[in-house]
Amino acid sequence: MSAQDKWENEAIEVAGGKVSRREFFGLTGSGLFVFFWAGPGEFFQEPARLPGRPSYPEDFNAYLRIGAEGRVTCFVGKVELGQGAMTSLPMLLAEELDVALDSVDIVMGDTDLCPWDMGTFGSLSIRQFGPVLRKAGAEARGVLLQMAAERLNVPVDRLKVNAGVVTDSSTGKHVPYAELVQGKRIERHIGKVELKPVSSFVVHGKSPVRRDALEKVTGKARYAGDVRLPGMLNARILRPPAHGAVLKQVDTSAAEKVEGVRIVREGDLIAVLHEHRDVAERAKTLIKAEYDNPKVAVDDRTIFDHLLKNAPQPQVVDERGSLTEGEKLSAAIVEETYLNSYVAHAPMETHSATATIENEKVTVWAGTQTPFPVKQQLAEALQVAPEKVRVIVPYVGGGFGGKSASRQAIEAARLAKLTGKPVQVVWDRSEEFFFDTFRPAAVVKIRSGVDALGKLTFWDFKVFCAGDREAKQFYDIPHQRTVSAGGWFGENPAGLHPFAIGPWRAPSVNTNTFARESHIDILAGKAGMDPVEFRLKNLSDKRMRTVLQTAAHQFGWKPAQKQKRLGVGVSCAIYSGTYVATMAEVAVDERTGTVQVKRVVCVQDQGVTVNPDGSRQQMEGSIMMGLGYALAEEVRFRGREILDHNFDSYEIPRFSWLPRIETVLVDNPEVPASGCGEPPIVNMGAVLANAIYDAVGARLLQLPMTPARVKAALQRS
Amino acid sequence: MRRTISFTLNGKPTRLAVDDERMLLWILRYDLGLTGTKYGCGEGLCGACTVVVDNETVRACSTPISEVAGKSMLTIEGLEHEGKLHAIQQAFLRHNAFQCGYCTSGMILSAYVLLQKASRPTTAEIIRHMDDNLCRCGSHTRIVEAIQEAAGSKERG
Ligand code: FES
Ligand code: FES
Repeated sequence: MSAQDKWENEAIEVAGGKVSRREFFGLTGSGLFVFFWAGPGEFFQEPARLPGRPSYPEDFNAYLRIGAEGRVTCFVGKVELGQGAMTSLPMLLAEELDVALDSVDIVMGDTDLCPWDMGTFGSLSIRQFGPVLRKAGAEARGVLLQMAAERLNVPVDRLKVNAGVVTDSSTGKHVPYAELVQGKRIERHIGKVELKPVSSFVVHGKSPVRRDALEKVTGKARYAGDVRLPGMLNARILRPPAHGAVLKQVDTSAAEKVEGVRIVREGDLIAVLHEHRDVAERAKTLIKAEYDNPKVAVDDRTIFDHLLKNAPQPQVVDERGSLTEGEKLSAAIVEETYLNSYVAHAPMETHSATATIENEKVTVWAGTQTPFPVKQQLAEALQVAPEKVRVIVPYVGGGFGGKSASRQAIEAARLAKLTGKPVQVVWDRSEEFFFDTFRPAAVVKIRSGVDALGKLTFWDFKVFCAGDREAKQFYDIPHQRTVSAGGWFGENPAGLHPFAIGPWRAPSVNTNTFARESHIDILAGKAGMDPVEFRLKNLSDKRMRTVLQTAAHQFGWKPAQKQKRLGVGVSCAIYSGTYVATMAEVAVDERTGTVQVKRVVCVQDQGVTVNPDGSRQQMEGSIMMGLGYALAEEVRFRGREILDHNFDSYEIPRFSWLPRIETVLVDNPEVPASGCGEPPIVNMGAVLANAIYDAVGARLLQLPMTPARVKAALQRS
Repeated sequence: MRRTISFTLNGKPTRLAVDDERMLLWILRYDLGLTGTKYGCGEGLCGACTVVVDNETVRACSTPISEVAGKSMLTIEGLEHEGKLHAIQQAFLRHNAFQCGYCTSGMILSAYVLLQKASRPTTAEIIRHMDDNLCRCGSHTRIVEAIQEAAGSKERG
């Protein structure tokens, strides 16, 4: 029995009687949300709109339960996308509660069992939710100590806890948590308690075996498309050729003749259903449909002009000094424009969901990063009360921001309602590209200067359409202004982007970092200085200096170490409270324009590290994924038609791209744990652009740096 | 055409009456309930659906069931032996050579075939052999290390 099943019907005592755990959250969690719902179709244009903020429950019982047999169950609304939250979150609870890590089980992403959560994204699981979970553990521990003091009849300050057993240090009398709690909900609360100081951490800093390991290496790990229910149908849905295309005519007669097939239509939703997905698919190909295609002139080449013309009014993000004063101090001024393309999330698991409706209760297993928002969307779509909807998130096969939008869950539930049967929806790769909420294409314009001594004088930074996250400068510059127009979060006029955009691993920051760190390198060149020396000369931020110097040491950075066609590059960034410096060595084939990345060193200061090996995995993954948007990935489109349908035209990094990767975690116990799953990816554009420049003297101003663009830049140089 | 197809699946003789043009992937996943084999692209481009047929890797998404008639097939569910993980599974586990795990079955079975053919593959050989198995999470460096370790271990069967 899984930890999930175990607690499903657990009785929780509340004022006035007993309710099940499900009902408990029904009672405490309903009616708090205000959602935007513009009807299917349009909703997904701006997936990033979030509900008016409900908040994490105050009652620590929402996060933990101590069973009669002594095992602890941790309940979190976060989901396991591969990032390892399933392994690291129980560490936080075990630390504060003072129980053995292996006595903690975890239930994740089940809206009936787990406390509300906004979603799993933005490197926030540890940084933002971590303190909430720790507080729950600390308060529960405080209450348990009081109960133990009463039971043992000794003062609280004589008590010690080890592995869930409370002991009186003078008499040796002891009592385990399980005996104090006896499987019941803990009614007493003490409110504010001190969290453990870093110096007394015993669980942090260990790298336990991942909790998902055994299931994942044996093929037993279940994803949303692996759910099998009696009588379940698989749905393949008719899709338009382009966004905004309007169905004119449809003929399903040939498809209807396929044995065992059902065809369902409700408004725009036309689906072919069959017990087997492939049979449904084959029948779907027999449907004849005609569409009116919208005429939209923009494509992947003209998009940048389009964005500049149509972006909303720029907003000032940060400003100090006077740009005109700064110009006067400059010995050299550099002005450049940087371009970045739409990229896809392309998780290996396509959007999948399985839905069933029994006794008016809608249950949906969905591969999503946002179970609670999806629950609300399902309630709206099916016109039922939110407490009649349960979203369960099994393992998710990668998200990277792309599974914040979960249209497939709504589709499966609507079809379950229409057919009266459990329905599974597993998108094919082409649907995954079509409905993806791409990282927005963007333009950055920078004008800035440097004086005769190599000090930065002014910085005028304008970002269009990427968003303002971490756009603010961290180098020491007396005169500067940062403005941002539009972003990934839904602050855009209609029609700015031809299709949906949304958060993509470290939203905004890949684009802003590429532009900033490329530009800093160009200025270093103007100043006649080594890129690392130049950065250090203009940096007083201690954490940044430390990661940069550590990287230079680990990499063996030497000023102007020129070898033919081999180049080295550097890039620095702050993301979500984490500091990261990256260095890379590349080889450039001048004939073909191909770039092979030989080695990447990445140094990160993320404050306190919870799980070192887990952090390293995230860093390695970020580096590898980052090679894609830096060197190859861009979505091709004509008007509102997506031209990439599969991995033949949309290339993602593969084994033959693998550089030697070295990761270093800078220990920084002074700063609370911050995110680690995204920061290293943001440096990958600039670090490679700078290394390519070092290798062959060609400056790439547009991502991705495809062989064709490298060759074009070589010709210009 | 509907006909009866016989083959060995994870060591067990198996007979199925199916439309013989259907792709192996869907028969494994739906007719037989073996969900460890994954769908990633449907066009032989990602390797998530990799299974082993007569000691060769096969892309189940683009292989009609008719092609396995009379052959012996291994899926991720058949790799454990007498309740014990295969050396490659152990090495993946020790190296945490996965994140989301969605590519993992395909990775492990591709590595299995490589190690059947070359007892001590070089890093370059590993990379060449694995190159068409995609991993979006970027577990590549650990997968290579895990395969190297499994190649060195004795209990490899
Ligand atoms: S699903 Fe078969 S190769 Fe991708
Ligand atoms: S581990 Fe997620 S795709 Fe490989």
